[in-house]
Amino acid sequence: MASKGTLTVLNLAGAGKLLSRRAFSTTRLVGAKQMTVRDALNSALDEEMSRDEKVFILGEEVAQYDGAYKVTRGLWKKYGDKRVIDTPITEMGFAGIATGAAMSGLRPVCEFMTFNFAMQAIDQIINSAAKTFYMSAGRVNVPIVFRGPNGAASGVAAQHSQCYGSWYAHCPGLKVVSPYNSEDAKGLLKAAIRDPDPVVCLENELMYGVQYPMSDEALSSDFVLPIGKAKIERPGKHVTLVAHSKAVETCLEAAKELAGKGIEAEVINLRSLRPIDTDTINKSVVKTNHLISVEQGWPSCGIGSEILARLMESEAFYHLDQPALRLTGCDVPMPYTQSLETAALPRPVDVVDAVKRLLKVK
Amino acid sequence: MAFKTSLSCACNVFFRHFSRTTLKSSPITQPKFPGAKTSWTEKLQFTEPSQYTPIPVYRVMDRTGNILDATQEPQIKDEILLKMYKDMSVLNVMDKILYESQRQGRISFYMTNYGEEATHIGSAAALTLDDLVYGQYREAGVLMYRGFSLQDFVDQCYGNSDDKGRGKQMPVHYGSKDLNFVTISSPLTTQMPQAVGSAFALKGTNKVVVCYFGDGSASEGDAHAALNFSATLECPVIFFCRNNGYAISTPVNEQYRGDGIAGKGVSYGINTLRVDGNDVLAVYNVTKLAKEYAVKENKPVLIEAMTYRVGDHSTSDDSSAYRSPKEVADWATNDYPTKKFRYYLESKGLWNGDKEKQLLEQTKKDVMSAFSVGEKKLKPKWTEMYEDVYKFLPAHIRKQRDSMVEHLKKYKEHYPIDSFQK
Repeated sequence: MASKGTLTVLNLAGAGKLLSRRAFSTTRLVGAKQMTVRDALNSALDEEMSRDEKVFILGEEVAQYDGAYKVTRGLWKKYGDKRVIDTPITEMGFAGIATGAAMSGLRPVCEFMTFNFAMQAIDQIINSAAKTFYMSAGRVNVPIVFRGPNGAASGVAAQHSQCYGSWYAHCPGLKVVSPYNSEDAKGLLKAAIRDPDPVVCLENELMYGVQYPMSDEALSSDFVLPIGKAKIERPGKHVTLVAHSKAVETCLEAAKELAGKGIEAEVINLRSLRPIDTDTINKSVVKTNHLISVEQGWPSCGIGSEILARLMESEAFYHLDQPALRLTGCDVPMPYTQSLETAALPRPVDVVDAVKRLLKVK
Repeated sequence: MAFKTSLSCACNVFFRHFSRTTLKSSPITQPKFPGAKTSWTEKLQFTEPSQYTPIPVYRVMDRTGNILDATQEPQIKDEILLKMYKDMSVLNVMDKILYESQRQGRISFYMTNYGEEATHIGSAAALTLDDLVYGQYREAGVLMYRGFSLQDFVDQCYGNSDDKGRGKQMPVHYGSKDLNFVTISSPLTTQMPQAVGSAFALKGTNKVVVCYFGDGSASEGDAHAALNFSATLECPVIFFCRNNGYAISTPVNEQYRGDGIAGKGVSYGINTLRVDGNDVLAVYNVTKLAKEYAVKENKPVLIEAMTYRVGDHSTSDDSSAYRSPKEVADWATNDYPTKKFRYYLESKGLWNGDKEKQLLEQTKKDVMSAFSVGEKKLKPKWTEMYEDVYKFLPAHIRKQRDSMVEHLKKYKEHYPIDSFQK
């Protein structure tokens, strides 16, 4: 076995049991307002556009049509043609235009219909947006946000289902955020828009319509989350589960099930993939002595690989009781068939199994 | 079944009735498709490229510097004419010396501008300093005209402590925020959509963005995106194509089959000009007109300057492998832009052989002195390599820097630390 530490998921037998996996467990805070991730993103855009007139949105169908996933709903009506701009269908074109506008002092938010299509524009994102500040020796910064849905959706096969987390997290000059719930989405997108550097905001299509509680603080127009800081979503003492985006939900569901067996899993929501909050992870490992990274992306050179490598380079490594594990998406392009699609991504049951294996519990 | 039949009958009646009355009341003389603005035809035939008249090349002078139509002679002050000529000549001398310095291994890379001087200086003279320039890489003359000194050029190529780019970019990838010249980007044509973005930001400010590119660049998808977006978003940008006949080794007849680059402009709905790129006065006139129009109408303009790359593509290229020395010599002798301009200045009594000799001698001295000064300057402080990745130094980069500081404290005798700024 070449990748002993990696559990790539392809467990067809378990697939049937998981048809109800999209029933979300949202802890209902008493009196807290519920908000969908879509509305949280929308209010982040709205608030930042009214706060700073240099902020504008461009992309395909973002104006009158309100965006392919309606994230920009109502913004064209409110801010008009100058601030919400529909462009022809050329990703490298509008990514380049956004980059140029940022170099000339505006703060563009560039929407990709999905990050799968941003592959057409990756040269502009990496070679120009990420490197210009360095290449101009600090004279020209590129305050830009590239945002859109990332990773697997549902039944849309290989070319719409890829996670680009590790692609962008690889590149100096970029910052990368990957929100999980509504508070994350609002706080991180607002931080991204205010940031002086280019930020890639990786959203998840399946989360757009899901409601999460929003604290009073998160509802305020001053709510901004720091880029580079993870959040402990659920404290625990037996094992650390690190995830980002939708995989956080997978971990929370698994943690709930494990709690019934007396295993307390600590779930860390990374929130940001570059910079990555190594301190929070390492501190947790010192406490739990076990680590599993969980992500929907592929195993090779993935976010999990990075987390494990950094742990190994730190003093926290000596606190591990067992070798750390990576739980990732299956190392194949996403299959179209629903049963295979389900099996190609880490499910709560896979997390539970991995934890039991790691803790040597039956 | 009965229902279906009666329904289809009803439809027939409805459509027959509908179409007849519509035709009577308002005959459709023009097609009404949302995507077409044209007329009908009942003839089945191709629209052939040969039916199209190629856009002519606008010129002011002939090869010997004579003005062909007096109404087209631009009214440029003598001192400006002389600055234009001097910059074209200085560019030439600088190219020779820096090219040689690469050959001697003093710098890693260089690109000469031979043969294209008029495209640089003619366009630069028609612009103002607050217009924003995106170059491709062979536009050193534009930067020189705007005030980049010989020392600035040499410092950049050496990446020394006075290099505005702090040694972070390859030679000839110049940039100057003061002179509104965006740092050159190596991947081809990325500058074109960016220029449109900048023009979008500058709308209504009486400034224009000028974006240079080559005949090879025009084949990149970015060029399509930029041209189309500038037209649909109505941005004040001048696309300035230097069609110099070759994209490294690829000749233009392998690059495109239509009417060059200019021929594409019209189909994007962009006002287009084609100009003799070896005629500095003609280049000046087209750029001036383009700027006036772009600023007034908030719309793009495409200029295709026809010229010839007399030098190799770069120091990584030997063009004798794909073109004959005779072809190059013909262009260098018979239609060289600097020569043509000199004939014009001489006919106006502004220039002569003595002045030429004096200029060349002085320039050579100036370049050599910039060169030796630049070579002796210290390299930028080495810790700068950790800076400007992000606006604020992040913890992980600070950590790397600090460990390097510690390392150098211990092992400084193994590093040429004295050649760096303290």
